[in-house]
Amino acid sequence: MPHANALYGPLDPAPDAGYEDAPPRMGFFTDTSVCIGCKACEVACKEWNGVPQSGLDMLGMSYDNTGALTANSWRHVAFIEQPRPVGWATPAFEGNPDGPAVSPATAAVGARTSADTGTEPGLPPGSPVAAARMSAGPDFLGMPGTQPPGRGSGAQGRTDFRWLMASDVCKHCTHAACLDVCPTGSLFRTEFGTVVVQEDICNGCGYCVSACPYGVIDQRKGDGRAWKCTLCYDRLGAGMTPACAQACPTESIQYGPVRELRERAAARVEVLHERGVPEARLYGHDPDDGVGGDGAFFLLLDEPEVYGLPPDPVVTTRDLPKMWKHAGLAALAITAATVFGFLGGRP
Amino acid sequence: MTDSPSNEPVGARFRDFQAQLDQPDGRRHRKRGRGRGDGGEQLTVPPADFTSYYGRPILKAPVWKHDIAGYLFTGGLAAGGAMIGAGAQLTGRPRLRQVGRWTALGGIAASAYLLVHDLGRPDRFHHMLRVVKLTSPMSMGTWILTAFGPAAGVAAIAEIAPRLPEHGVFGLARRLAPTVGDVAGLAAAATAPALATYTGVLLADTAVPAWHDAYPFLPFVFGGSGLAAAAGVGLIAAPAADTAPLRRLTVAAATIKFVGGHRMGRSSLTGEPYRRGRSGRLVRAGNVLLGVGTVGALLSRRSRVLAVLSGAALVASSVATRFGIFDAGTVSARDPKYTVVPQRERRDSRQGRSPAEKGT
Repeated sequence: MPHANALYGPLDPAPDAGYEDAPPRMGFFTDTSVCIGCKACEVACKEWNGVPQSGLDMLGMSYDNTGALTANSWRHVAFIEQPRPVGWATPAFEGNPDGPAVSPATAAVGARTSADTGTEPGLPPGSPVAAARMSAGPDFLGMPGTQPPGRGSGAQGRTDFRWLMASDVCKHCTHAACLDVCPTGSLFRTEFGTVVVQEDICNGCGYCVSACPYGVIDQRKGDGRAWKCTLCYDRLGAGMTPACAQACPTESIQYGPVRELRERAAARVEVLHERGVPEARLYGHDPDDGVGGDGAFFLLLDEPEVYGLPPDPVVTTRDLPKMWKHAGLAALAITAATVFGFLGGRP
Repeated sequence: MTDSPSNEPVGARFRDFQAQLDQPDGRRHRKRGRGRGDGGEQLTVPPADFTSYYGRPILKAPVWKHDIAGYLFTGGLAAGGAMIGAGAQLTGRPRLRQVGRWTALGGIAASAYLLVHDLGRPDRFHHMLRVVKLTSPMSMGTWILTAFGPAAGVAAIAEIAPRLPEHGVFGLARRLAPTVGDVAGLAAAATAPALATYTGVLLADTAVPAWHDAYPFLPFVFGGSGLAAAAGVGLIAAPAADTAPLRRLTVAAATIKFVGGHRMGRSSLTGEPYRRGRSGRLVRAGNVLLGVGTVGALLSRRSRVLAVLSGAALVASSVATRFGIFDAGTVSARDPKYTVVPQRERRDSRQGRSPAEKGT
């Protein structure tokens, strides 16, 4: 008999998946307020899990040259530059040197130049519009410049500034849409309540990719299969800490039983609020949210969408019973249409 | 001011560019309007105000290629063919029965090819048969296809029985074929309604905003569209004497599609890709072709040419509808607007009701 909350609502996923005497649910609490953007998590994850390289691109997204979680990046550190103070910090540019601006005009001209790198396509000319847009200063919040903010505008024009960093990862949802829709059983729930792809089963149907409300899981080119964070299932089984949490030098990534992490997170938010960081908030910690709570949840300093996270994700299978009902009605309708067609006016 | 070179011309130019490129971001629009007071273009829909991470999509767009859009068409066609075949079988129209059964086999064979071809690992297609999962519409679809395919195949192959020799093993097969074909034809027709409509659930059970939010409509649109396409093939291939049921069927199928799907894409933000852009044009073309094809079919009682043209319009309508809906989903997943704005509205309205919830 399936649990009343089998598709939606608070649930302990491992026992629901049929494990008897399951160990406590394990997960991550990523406290972005202490993330320093070192990307040790990205590197450690790639090293331990043998994740292929994801290309070396300069994306113009602050120090983020990874871009997003993909099949080849199971941790992704987001960087956001914002012209506002970080609550407790001193004004950012006090006493900083003031230099000539890299103006949108020069950036646009620079983008028209190219260099012969001896490769194809090498370094072709860029888009002047995009380049100008990149270096446009405070008109374009969240879009980083090629110069320290405030340099071109002089001391008076300097704005206060904060730099947000956050290490994103698979959320290991309580109600994981990827797992629900997987037609091969390749995705499965582990005894630790995490969600893992079995690479010897996955046939690359791609359904999980469209189903994930966070845009985490992805298909690897050439290989054809779907890949994502396993929460280091192999290390967990041996009683070890996942590689990213092990490598994190500031304990921004904390690993442990989800119940304990939730308590720790609530305490941390309170501390930050007391210290004058009212914008600190938790994301994905709530068992009553649209995915039944995340196994990997976050402390953020701005709205989720600023970090590229959906503001209110809901597992798509919540509506599945209603979907099947509509399909059933439609099936009846076309059956009736056929009967009408052939019996409607038999000569 | 500083001694840096004036950047006003470029700034103004690229703000113009940006206004065109970045329609999703309303903040920039408002700023532009305030700053320069140009009373130029008026947006019919006020641009949604939202932030995003460098304008990058939050969701991963479907990795399905147009194989799957094609399958939506061929699968619906196969289902409609099987239902027409069974109807003709039960009402004693052997020529129409033949057309229906061959349509079903052709459609399902193409479907199987397209589905396997779209896999990242086609050699592992049989892994679909490891499990039966009610929560996975693709798993359910696999089993529907597994039931439908062989039945439709046997029913179609039974149609060649009259060409077999009259004696020996072939003679036996020839005598058995009609009965076997009839049973298989009815079995295929019994699973056909599920085959024609489950694809609506297949698309809706994703995080893709345009698809998920259309879940009440997609099964009706797909079911009606598949039936109309199969009726179109019948109008083209069946003898004129047998097409009376197809005309009634076309009207009924078009009614299901228009009534069941008339609210699809209306007014909601996530329905925008069904109204705008390339995907919107395809969806509209599908509707127009269905209307034209249905009227043409009704008027084609005496004109063979008109019957064939109407049939072609019905088939084309189904193709356009499937590709349009498929593309609309991809569009809605690629633009963070469709993810962020509705979710923010949902969250804000909920928090409005219960302010005790988490802060900010």
